[in-house]
This record gives sequence, C-alpha cells and structure tokens, in this order.
Amino acid sequence: MIDFIQMIVSGIAVGSSYALMGLAMVIIYKTSQVPNFAQGEMALISSFFAMMLLTTFNTPILLAFFLAFVFAILLGCFLEFAILRRAKDPNILGMIVITIGIEMVILGLVSWKFGADQKIMPFPIGPYDSFIIGNIFITKLEVLTLVTALLLMIILFLFFKYSKLGLAVKATQQNSVAAQIVGIRTNRILMMTWGISSLVGAVAGLLISPTIMHPYMMWDPMLKGFAAAVMGGMTSLPGAVIAAYMLGIIEHLFGGYISIEFKSVVAFVIIVLVLCIKPSGLFSRHYIKKV
Amino acid sequence: MPNLLEVKNIETYYDLVYAIRGASFVVEDGSITTILGTNGSGKSTILKTIMGQIEGQPDKGTIEFDGMPIQHQDTDKIVRKGIAYVPEGREIFDELTVHEHLLMGAYLRKDTSEIKKDIIQVFKYFPILKERTNQWAGTLSGGEQQMLAIGRALMLRPKLLILDEPSLGLSPILVKEIFSIIKEINSQGTTILLVEQNANMALSISSTGLILENGRFVMKGKSKDLLEDKDVKEFYLGIKSETSAKGYQRWKRKKAWR
Repeated sequence: MIDFIQMIVSGIAVGSSYALMGLAMVIIYKTSQVPNFAQGEMALISSFFAMMLLTTFNTPILLAFFLAFVFAILLGCFLEFAILRRAKDPNILGMIVITIGIEMVILGLVSWKFGADQKIMPFPIGPYDSFIIGNIFITKLEVLTLVTALLLMIILFLFFKYSKLGLAVKATQQNSVAAQIVGIRTNRILMMTWGISSLVGAVAGLLISPTIMHPYMMWDPMLKGFAAAVMGGMTSLPGAVIAAYMLGIIEHLFGGYISIEFKSVVAFVIIVLVLCIKPSGLFSRHYIKKV
Repeated sequence: MPNLLEVKNIETYYDLVYAIRGASFVVEDGSITTILGTNGSGKSTILKTIMGQIEGQPDKGTIEFDGMPIQHQDTDKIVRKGIAYVPEGREIFDELTVHEHLLMGAYLRKDTSEIKKDIIQVFKYFPILKERTNQWAGTLSGGEQQMLAIGRALMLRPKLLILDEPSLGLSPILVKEIFSIIKEINSQGTTILLVEQNANMALSISSTGLILENGRFVMKGKSKDLLEDKDVKEFYLGIKSETSAKGYQRWKRKKAWR
C-alpha cells in the first residue's frame, strides 16, 4: 500500500513537468496548428542561459531566473517573428519541419557552447533534499515543481478566462479572420502565444535542471508532454494537464508493478491506444461547426 | 453631404482571376448605400478589398476613408479608422460566449463604462441575444449568429458599417427584422454600406443603389428610381414582364450589361 501511494505521489510530481511542457505545446498548437517540436530545446536554451548567468556572471539567483524568463519570452517571440512568419504559403507539414529544424539548431548551439556532458545547476534546492511524511518520500524539488505548475496553470486559466488579451488570444485561435475584423493584430497575438509558451516551457526546464542538466535533458519531458497534449486532444489546456498527471501516475505504476525497463515506453503505448480508440483526444470538446 | 468612403477605379485580382475591373463609387456620410449584383459579380470582393482582406490588392486604384487613403493596409489598421465589417457567413467565434463577443467587438476601445452602455444598446436591438448572454456563439441559430455579428460590429462604434449579405440564409421574417434594425442603426448616425442579393429589401431601406455586374458597376442611382427601373425590376426584383399584345410571354428575355 505504501508503495502504491509512493508511486502515485512520484507520478504526480513527475506529471507536473509533463503538464508544463504539454501546456506549452497546446498553447502554440491552438493558435498556429503546429505541434512545436522545438519546445523542449527552447526550454533547454533558457535553462542553460540561467546557468550561464549563475555560474559565469554570479547573478543573484532570482534575478537570473527572471532574466531567463525574459530571455525565454523574447526567444519565443523571435522564433515566431523571424522564422515561422517568414514561411511562404506554409502548410502544416512544412511548419513542423521548420520547428524540427529550429530544434536541431538550438540543440547544436547548446552542445557547442556548453558541451554535452552533465552540468550542475546551482539551484538553491538540491535534487536530494526531501520531505518524509509517514513513509512517503517526496523531494523538495518535486514539491516545488508541483506548486509552481499549479500556480502557473491558475495564472494561465485566469489570463485566458478574464483578461481582454487572453480573450483576444482565444478569439484569434478560433477564427483569425473574425479576429482581424474586430481590430485584433493577429500576428502580434501569434507572436505573443509563442512567447507565453516558451516561458511555460522555460519554467519546466528550470525545474528539471537541478536533476539533469545536459543538452538532451528536455527530450523526455518534451515527448511526454507532447504525449499528454495528444491524449488531451491537442487543443484543450485542462485536457493536457489532466492527461499529463495521468501519464505520470500510469508510468510510475507500470514501472513499479510491471516492468521498470519499459517504463518510459508506456506513454507512447498510451498515445497509440488513445489515437486508436478516441482520436480526438480524451478531453477535447467536440464542436461541430454549423454551416 | 461629404463622402465618407470614396473608392476610385479599383481593380482586384484573385491570383489570375480579374475580379474587380475598375469600380468607383462613393458612400455619403449618413447614408445607406447598397450594392446589388448576382452571384459572382464581385460584391463581396469589393468589400474584402476595402477591408484589406485580400493580400496585395487592390492592384490599381485608391480607397479613401474620411479623406485618408486606406488601401494596402492591414485589416486591423483599417478597422482602427472606424470601419466595422460584418462578413459574409458571419464569421463568429464558436467557443466564445455572446457577452465575450461583444467585448471583443469593443477590443479597440478603452472606455469601460461606455462599452457597458453599448452592450445594453445591442441587447435592445437584439433582445434574443440577451437571453443567450452566456451561451457559446457556436450553439446559436443562424439568425442569432447574424445578429451577434452585427452586434459585435456595432460595439466598435463605427463611422461606417459594412454589411455583407446580412439576409443570407435567414427566414423572410428575420430578414425583415434585420433590415428594420439596420435602418434604425443608420438613423442613429452610422453610415452603412450594404451588399445584398435581396434587391427589393435592400433598395427599400437604402438611399443610393449601385448595380454590379462582372466586376463593373453598370448602374447607379437613387434607390427609389432603381426600384422603378424596368431592367432592375426584371433582373433583380424578379418581376415578370407582362405578356405582350400577341400573347407571347417574354419573361425569359436574357439581357446583361456588358
């Protein structure tokens, strides 16, 4: 029983970082219909940027994180503005290939600048500091990840639900022509969603970096986040979050009771199952357009 | 009256298709001007050209609004100048509520209290929308969506309201209702440019009418006169010509302005 609870707790903890990556992908997908495969690497370079500030320039930690977030937003905006917007008559496949290209460029850049070996992120909370409640074991970092993820989700939820800008983002996502004719600068909204999404990804990256910090650190969370996004239907923010937590828990239970070796494959088996059984995703709200 | 909108000799291409072949017209301040034409005559294209919806067009010609050229600008800039546009086929946001639509319609405005007043005003025009305030727009009926699209455009407090076939797909009784509201909106001081297939309705509320065929205007005039015009009657109002003295029915006479 203790094992079971422990697995659930760890699953929820790891699910938080999947949830952040999933959210980041969904935010972009909803506005530009592109699954952004550069998401992980955008987070990667932001994390390394923070590390560089901390180690080489001895920036105070909060300032370094703040600067990393600013960097992430600018990076997202820049990629949209300078690369994706320039695509001539883009189709979706072309856009996906562009994001994969961006991913490789950033990956190469980080490997070249920082080297491919494991780095140590001077994070105030070490990866092994932990709480023990009863017999349940949970690291402080996991708690921090969970709390940050929940906080960020609440902020995003409030932003999309109640702010005028958030509403404009939703409007652009649903009908960009109509958004233009009410005077929304859809290009700018698109750029902004890339910025927000990059920021969400960077938060995930920074929270992962104390445990693993090398150029491939975002691969796993990004793919799992993508898996969660697909499970959630690719267009639903809460769907992606719920799916991410489910994924984290299922993964841990599978690892604990069935096979630890195949633990990380489970996510993709689930994707295949979901796509076979309910291709629109578990949580997408079906809406059939009236003519 | 001064001209609010002045379109001079515009030519528009859709890729290789030469859609508007040199059209000029003016919309007087405070008037209702209506453009009539059959399917494919280029009515909607003219409006899209004005709104900057077709990239790189008009190929030639100028469009002036309030004395300032507006051609080759982004749609949102044109909207900022005070032109609201209700496109053909409504173009609503499926998953925003009615209230959110009206807020989005006022996206460019900052005066919160006035916005609230205008929402009440829109609900006065279209009481049914008030009942649907918190309902997703995608779940509304076609007529309600049309009302919503008009309401959303009004939230901008436009100087010029452009309507593209507001009667499309609506029941006759609803068409009547919408047209009477359009007339009322005009009497409140908004200039209206209306594109229609329903010639009878459109001419009955408008002051000036233009007839478009194959990308050119073939007739302009006071709406009253157009309503009485023999050719207009025949082609657009669907009034049959009478049987001739010899007993031939001549209602199928084919004619085009070319």
